[in-house]
This record gives sequence, C-alpha cells and structure tokens, in this order.
Amino acid sequence: MHEMSIIAGVLDTVTPSARQAGAERVLGISLRIGDMTEVVDEALEFAFEVLTEGTLCEGAQLTVTKVHPRSVCFECGCEFDHDRFHRSCPACGSFQTQVVQGRELEIESIEVDLPDEAAEPGASADRRS
Amino acid sequence: MRIDMHAPILGKNDALAAELRELFAAKGVYVLNLLASPGSGKTSTILATIDGLRDEFNIAVIEGDIASSVDAETIKRQGLPAVQINTGGSCHLESAMMKRAVEVLDLDRLDLIIVENVGNLVCTTDFDLGENAKAVILSVPEGDDKPLKYPGIFEISDAVLLNKVDTLPVFDFDTAAFEERVRALNPAAPLFPMAATKGSGVQEWTSWLGGQIRACQEQGA
Repeated sequence: MHEMSIIAGVLDTVTPSARQAGAERVLGISLRIGDMTEVVDEALEFAFEVLTEGTLCEGAQLTVTKVHPRSVCFECGCEFDHDRFHRSCPACGSFQTQVVQGRELEIESIEVDLPDEAAEPGASADRRS
Repeated sequence: MRIDMHAPILGKNDALAAELRELFAAKGVYVLNLLASPGSGKTSTILATIDGLRDEFNIAVIEGDIASSVDAETIKRQGLPAVQINTGGSCHLESAMMKRAVEVLDLDRLDLIIVENVGNLVCTTDFDLGENAKAVILSVPEGDDKPLKYPGIFEISDAVLLNKVDTLPVFDFDTAAFEERVRALNPAAPLFPMAATKGSGVQEWTSWLGGQIRACQEQGA
C-alpha cells in the first residue's frame, strides 16, 4: 500500500500549487508512473478517493500515464525497451546498462477551476495547450 | 486552467532524504537501509553484522516495524544504541520518520547506522531515507522466484544477501536460477549467500560492508 504515500505526496504538492493559482477546485491531476515502480492502479485510485475526501481535490479526475521501461547500454550505446525483469543489452549482451525511463513518479499537470472561469464557459478547454 | 507541474511525487520525501544524506556525510556516518520480507532474518543478519564489525566501528540500529519494540530490545541487549520506529500501519519507512529517529542518536560517536526497514518487498523500494546503500535479504524458504515477482527491490539494491542457505537441502530452491534472475536485474550488486544464525558466509558480507564504510570515511576525511 505505498499507493497511500504516493497519493499523499501528490496532494502535498498539488494543494499548495492550486491554492497559489487561486483555484477553488482541482478538476484533474495527471501523473506519469513508471512500470518499474510496481504501483497498482486500483490501489492508487482507492487511495486517491479516500485521501481527497473533503479537500479541494475531491472528485478530481485522476489520469495515470504508465511509462514503459527503457535503458541505455554503456558498452555499445544502444537504447532499448525492456520488460521489468531484464536489463541486459539486446544488441551486445552487456549488463552495463542504465535505466533511462520506467521508474517515474511524477506529477505532470493539474487542471484547476478558477473563479473567473465560471463566467466564460469553455475557457478551460480553450486554454489547454 | 491547466498548470504544468513536472514535479516529483515523492519530492518532499526526497528533499528531506537529501538533507539527511548531507548530515550523515558531514558526521562521517555510513547508513545501510536493509530491505526484506518479514521472517527472512533481518534481525539475525543485523546481529551477525554487528558481531563482525563492532570491533572496528561504532554501530547503532534503527528498527522499523508497524508495531512493537521487540527488535530494538534485541539490539539493546547487545549493548548498542537502538531506536524503534513504529510506523503505525505504514508499510515502509519514510525520511520524516528517519529524521525523528536520527535525532535521538549521537551521530558524532557513530560510524554505521543499520536501518531495518519494515518487512516488505514492494513499498520500501521507492522511499529514499538518505542512506549510502540499500541491501535486500532473501531467505531460501521464500523461493528462488522472488526476483521475478518483486523485480524493483532487487533492481535498486546495492547488495543482495541470500540468507538461510543452511536450509537448502530441505527446500526446492535453485540457487543458480536465483543468481541468474538477480544478475539480469542488477548485474553490479554483489551476492552474498549466508546463514546468519550459523555464521557461515557472514564474513564475506561484513568485509564488503566494512570496505564500503572505510571508503566512505576516507572520502569524507
């Protein structure tokens, strides 16, 4: 259940940022989570539901982008995708490799409801990059 | 309105861990974060490690458990400082808990702190405590397939201890397959087969750890 601590970490960062922006409500939170962190989606959603209760993140849409593991080989420079169990280089067989992605625990962005936005419906969608 | 964050989720934990790491370096204290499942022999391994290193180094132990203080009592009987952290249900230690425990210890008089994390092969993986190294213990009765089921912890550990090798004759444990699975995940980490309660294989482990501590102290000196 490290998902509880992960969501607590998300809220620790998101809440002050949303407040600082003057938001009354957080509508959505997008996370990037690497497959190698062994985070379980259902547990994450459950933790999110429980921990956001009565906060300005209550009811927000949680979007999780999973990141597939990828490593680079120090011997031949080859960059390759791999599963969670094998990190040897497929090109030269070397074990001297380093993970470049797949261990992410990152808050990508948040979607917030600002008081002035209520006056102009659709403004939120228009401003999305 | 969309706000781009690109912030680490465990940023608060990582920042405090970085502070602790600096403090440990300034005080010349080497910190080992010991990871394993419940019943794999963490406390026995710590006792054997203390036995092997106490003549050269001043050691303290931080014990993380959901409840009870039985492990800290065991260490205190060895005449060493021990701090018990009760996580009250949390499945892993975090840097804030670590900080509170460290405040109780006299860092000026220590060379090595062994942190016994909560027995868990998943949740302890991603929480930095400011340690110099992580070591994972797997015991023979748990099975040689564990690196396949819990790859993360084997991948991030700096050393792998295979404990209870004295029970190999009664368990269907394929040591070669285990080594191969660990190597596929983490080719750099040394693997130490041992029987902590019997003493076999412990010396290889303690001499490796001793070397790490000395190297760390020389760097700081």
